[in-house]
Amino acid sequence: MSTNVHSEYIDRDTGKMGMWLFLFTELYLFGGLFIVYAVMRSKYSADFHLAALELNTMIGTINTVVLLVSSMTVAMSLTAIQRNQAGLAMGLVFVTLLLAGIFIVNKYFEWGHEISLQLYPGTEVMKTLPHGGIIFYSLYYMMTGLHVLHVIIGGVILTIVLFKLKSGTINREHFLLHENGALYWHLVDLIWIFLFPLLYLIS
Amino acid sequence: MNDQTITPQNYLNHQTGLWSWLTSTDHKRIGLLYLYSFLVFFSTAAILGLLMKIEKIAPGQTIMTAQTYNALFTIHGIIMIFVIVIPGMAVVFGNFFLPIMIGAKDVAFPKLNLFSWYIYITGAFLGLYSQFAYGHSPDAGWTFYVPYSSSAESNMTIALTAAVVLGFSSILTGMNFIVTIHRMRAPGMTYFRMPLFVWSLYATAWIQLLATPIIGITLIMVIAERTFHIGFFDPALGGDPLLYQHLFWTYSHPAVYVMILPAMGVVTEIFPTFSQKPVFGYTAIAFSSLAIALVGYFVWGHHMFTSGMSYESRLAFSLLTFIVAIPSAIKVFNWLSTMYGGSIDLKTPLLYAVSFIFLFTIGGFTGLLQGALAANVQVHHTDFIVAHFHYIIFGGMGFGFFAGIHYWFPKIYGRMYNETWANIAWGFAFVGFNLLYFPMFIMGMQGMPRRYYDFDPKFATGHLISSIGAFILIAGLILIFSNLIYHSRRGAIASANPWHGVTLEWQIPSPPPHENFDEIPVITRGPYVFDNPYTK
Repeated sequence: MSTNVHSEYIDRDTGKMGMWLFLFTELYLFGGLFIVYAVMRSKYSADFHLAALELNTMIGTINTVVLLVSSMTVAMSLTAIQRNQAGLAMGLVFVTLLLAGIFIVNKYFEWGHEISLQLYPGTEVMKTLPHGGIIFYSLYYMMTGLHVLHVIIGGVILTIVLFKLKSGTINREHFLLHENGALYWHLVDLIWIFLFPLLYLIS
Repeated sequence: MNDQTITPQNYLNHQTGLWSWLTSTDHKRIGLLYLYSFLVFFSTAAILGLLMKIEKIAPGQTIMTAQTYNALFTIHGIIMIFVIVIPGMAVVFGNFFLPIMIGAKDVAFPKLNLFSWYIYITGAFLGLYSQFAYGHSPDAGWTFYVPYSSSAESNMTIALTAAVVLGFSSILTGMNFIVTIHRMRAPGMTYFRMPLFVWSLYATAWIQLLATPIIGITLIMVIAERTFHIGFFDPALGGDPLLYQHLFWTYSHPAVYVMILPAMGVVTEIFPTFSQKPVFGYTAIAFSSLAIALVGYFVWGHHMFTSGMSYESRLAFSLLTFIVAIPSAIKVFNWLSTMYGGSIDLKTPLLYAVSFIFLFTIGGFTGLLQGALAANVQVHHTDFIVAHFHYIIFGGMGFGFFAGIHYWFPKIYGRMYNETWANIAWGFAFVGFNLLYFPMFIMGMQGMPRRYYDFDPKFATGHLISSIGAFILIAGLILIFSNLIYHSRRGAIASANPWHGVTLEWQIPSPPPHENFDEIPVITRGPYVFDNPYTK
């Protein structure tokens, strides 16, 4: 049992502040990849241009829309629980999870297509690419891979939120986990908003 | 054992058994978990250091091959830097005393705090495992410079993973401390009534939070490079090794301040107590901690003056390096002024604190010398650097740690160590330390490269003195540890406030009760007011 807090629940502002600080560190984590992307792009701009043309902009666009909508539904679910509409909140969290699933399935087909073309680090096809192309695809897998990992973690958090909504542990008075889960989910969305133009659109 | 006069109910006997320690969310117990982990890992790495000094006792091969020597300095560095001094005093004394000093019952997220320790211990064992696992021990140096780290056929991947895992623990601790300081202060505990150790922890926590993710992702990229031969950093694959060095030092230079700031905070507590005088220039010390944290972000380039960098950037980094020395100098000035005119009581903690100033000043000045462009070229990659950072890290952080553990020992265990024994141990450590590292300044100036297992016979005398110093230092460490360990159970019972300190931790019983305070105190004055009834 936690011994410090004067009640059973962690104070809302305290918990939210911790989450915000953690989200900053997440931005820095991706920031390192963005720096490498910037340096390598200026060094191999022609190679990056050609390699980016191979990516499927359609799937990228669909996934952008999917994540944006999911960000909206998770925000709506938080408002719903604050208005004491637990059923609606559960429904909206469920929709968010569904959209997360769609995102991952899309990603699976996209990666599957690229892998079937032998476009992944270590293959013979990759070795025939110019060096900038190799870097582009490696960064592509690292950035989207790290992002998908965050989608999965966010999905797990929201699943826990769903069960706690059901059991009533998250309710009108105590919705810190729900709020932090939503914040995390917005971060997942936000990072994608940067990844999408960097990888798919600038070509 | 004589338990009659010890506080009947305290955090040590609140619950008993190993399991109660491994599942405790009490910040004091977590602090001690870190302390005991340090004892194990520090001893291991110190023995590796001693083995290196034995190898260098005479020219030629003495007890190990060049490859073994490479592995030893790598794993010595990885353990000492990532497992000991980066988490350092923040996790031991910070965990134990931060909540008490601001009048809180615990940190903001106690469960997360325990989780951080488990992440830490996982990373620490991974680090050790990389040394003893099947295959070659890591041999690329603790800086993981590419292309050594990306192409070496040793267990580098495990060592890199260890550093990433330890970084994650660091981030969570930093976040926990920032929120604790913002949200958990007792009524009346305004920011400028906080003890200065808390200010130094605050600055440290921000660095941990904002610098560590960069090293995490950088080392993950090196792991990817090793696995898939991508070519982010390795020049043989078309990568950019300088990019790696920039990313590495943007974390690892601020990390130096993660190591030293809490040590500065500890001695800032010790000087007023043993001079019975308010600290001189409270605000200046508080802001100098923040200034170090801020400017410390912009000096990383001075590690790379000889790696290839434009003349203009070298000038800028050189200037910034000189600027970052100013807040440290402000602190030294204020510590000395605190003692000036005070009623000085030269007990063991103050002895360590004063030698901290002495060693830290030597380390600091030799650091400035490397910030100067011309001198840097002369001493770069020599023993001079090794001596410099050991004066800062061991002389600063290490002696600061010993100052802290001797200062707070009666509070932590409710018992007193043997002071004569402690002072003799200090003598061994201080003399041994200087004998060990000072000759390295001279040899480095004369051109002795670092990380060589063999040397020109003209350096024989210097290395011999240095190796003798290593033995004396190890003897000192054994004396320190045995004194403390023995008396943690059998020492004389200590009073609640043996040093007549005035900060909050001295106003509660020794050892502290389970939740620190029966009632959350209401603070009505600054931290260093020495006219209160407790000191009379």
